[in-house]
Amino acid sequence: MSIPKVLIFGYGNPGRGDDALGPLFISEIEKLGLADVECQTDMQLQVEHVMDMQGRDIVLFVDADMSCREPFEICEISPEQDSSYSSHAMTPQALLHSYSNVLNESPPTTFLLRVRGERFELGDELSAIARSHLEMALQQLEPLCRDVCVDSWLKFKGAG
Amino acid sequence: MTDSKTENLRRIAVDPVTRVEGHGKITLLLDDANHVHEARFHIVEFRGFEKFIQGRPYWEVPYFVQRLCGICPVSHHLAAAKAVDQLVGVDQVTPTTEKLRRLLHFGQTLQSHALHFFHLSSPDLLFGFGSNLEHRNIVGVIEDFPDLALKGVRLRKYGQQVIEVISGKRIHGAATVPGGMNKALTIEERDRLLTDISDVLSWAEDAVALNEKIHMGHPENHGFGSFKSNYLSMVGGDGALELYHGGLRASRPDGSNIFDQFDYRGYTDKIREEVRSWSYMKFPYLTELGRDDGWYRVGPLARVNNCDFISTPLAEAARQRFKAFAGGGFVHDTLAYHWARMIEALHCAESIRDLLNDPDILGTDLVVKGEKREEGIGVIEAPRGTLFHHYKVNEDGTIKKANLIVSTTSNNQAMNESVRSVANEYLDGNEITEGLLNHLEVAIRAYDPCLSCATHALGKMPLEIELLDSSGEAVDRVAKGSNGSITRTL
Repeated sequence: MSIPKVLIFGYGNPGRGDDALGPLFISEIEKLGLADVECQTDMQLQVEHVMDMQGRDIVLFVDADMSCREPFEICEISPEQDSSYSSHAMTPQALLHSYSNVLNESPPTTFLLRVRGERFELGDELSAIARSHLEMALQQLEPLCRDVCVDSWLKFKGAG
Repeated sequence: MTDSKTENLRRIAVDPVTRVEGHGKITLLLDDANHVHEARFHIVEFRGFEKFIQGRPYWEVPYFVQRLCGICPVSHHLAAAKAVDQLVGVDQVTPTTEKLRRLLHFGQTLQSHALHFFHLSSPDLLFGFGSNLEHRNIVGVIEDFPDLALKGVRLRKYGQQVIEVISGKRIHGAATVPGGMNKALTIEERDRLLTDISDVLSWAEDAVALNEKIHMGHPENHGFGSFKSNYLSMVGGDGALELYHGGLRASRPDGSNIFDQFDYRGYTDKIREEVRSWSYMKFPYLTELGRDDGWYRVGPLARVNNCDFISTPLAEAARQRFKAFAGGGFVHDTLAYHWARMIEALHCAESIRDLLNDPDILGTDLVVKGEKREEGIGVIEAPRGTLFHHYKVNEDGTIKKANLIVSTTSNNQAMNESVRSVANEYLDGNEITEGLLNHLEVAIRAYDPCLSCATHALGKMPLEIELLDSSGEAVDRVAKGSNGSITRTL
């Protein structure tokens, strides 16, 4: 059985307010039951996630972000080295960097969707503004998620 | 030491750049002779745990606490589950439940230890602390040791598979229920995990061998950030290395016991937590030795030092070589944390194999019931050390009071001591150098402090060091960006 061509990977901690935006995006896309799309979530990105990316045509990471423009931004990302003193969490760009080194091949075409969040304290609920950003992101990204053509993704100009 | 004694000391501070990015903060207090008198390692994320839990129904707590940490959610889940067992009056779960929980815990510890060695500390150990920063990272490891890096990824992946199979989900699974487990292991699931176990064992053995070679081959590193300390861990009733359930053993630096086989439900008699004005983290200490002398180390080094033996043969052979290195006594080298960590990873791999081959693991008798109680205490040896979860409940079953002592908190004072030791050796005058910064990072990494008990953040871990003179004036400040760039900001 071949693996779905598109991986949509939302990450964040559902227990920390707007940090839940990534996993919440995934739970909504998952409900669509798209045949060529696999949805995954985790609290944070780690090096083993390179194995989840292998064999895909398109990877979309979905993250909460308090520095992006409202309501969201989406862009293609490239490998980037991260020299932080702890690797307890990786950026998607650093994960791409590890991908080519660990698996000795080029990573799939990868995009990062950043949905604007405001509150990240432990125990916070999702803020109203973050919820509206999530809804806008879902509205605009849902048609794209149904599309397995890399060119369509590269041409996409979202609200961000 | 009290804050009043720190007047007239100069301070070097390693500050977080932003709260959301996950970080530590180090402050070094210097005396007039430029010696580092005290080190303060701040981790600001450890606030709010108890508040987060209070008011929740007790049966939900094992699930909520998984959200405390993106690195070791399973450890929090299991510690809470053990506490909840007591809240529902269960002191002994079924054999299958205990074995499934152990399997889950071994999977978690294996993947956590693999991440730490292969992707966090191996660059320091393989390339040396003073090597080119551009290359001294996981990418450098991958370039120079491609096979090693891939083994690390696969070990990590295997541990995650164990967690997924037992929990039913990759994250935030429903592994436990009060007094038991949620689901049995199927033959197909067991067989799937058995498929790769030989490779996993082989990789774990290689990792132990590599750590032995690195540690023994670099005597210049043995004293790095090192000091003699007390140690705390659980041990089995027979003195074996124990990660899931046992009695508490605290030992002095010479290996003699302070207490042994102590029922952890009475931990408040043996451990107190000091609050200091400058830190959100508490400072636990052994009551018997007092605040100044009672601090201790937890985690792999403590556990491998403290235990009398390891129940699996390959890890036991590795432990004996570890002990022989110190002439049979305790190994106090801070960098030996890495070595001990890989001995435990090997023990986890062996234990997973043994549990998968144990007929009990496929049992379906999963839940025990009892009479409800008002208080429950669960303790587990998490990858980074002893983890305490303590709950009191209201009549309606909501949590009235919660107290957590996480592993990194127990190592709080020890990390400060290591940082102080390293800073004294590498701080030269009033200038913060890249070399100092690098060496401080290496010392911190040995303990594997969990700095991401917070949001996943942006994944980046920036650092800033500030040097203040005895009047509190900043005389130097250096920031290290997550791209490795070093910037003098004063």
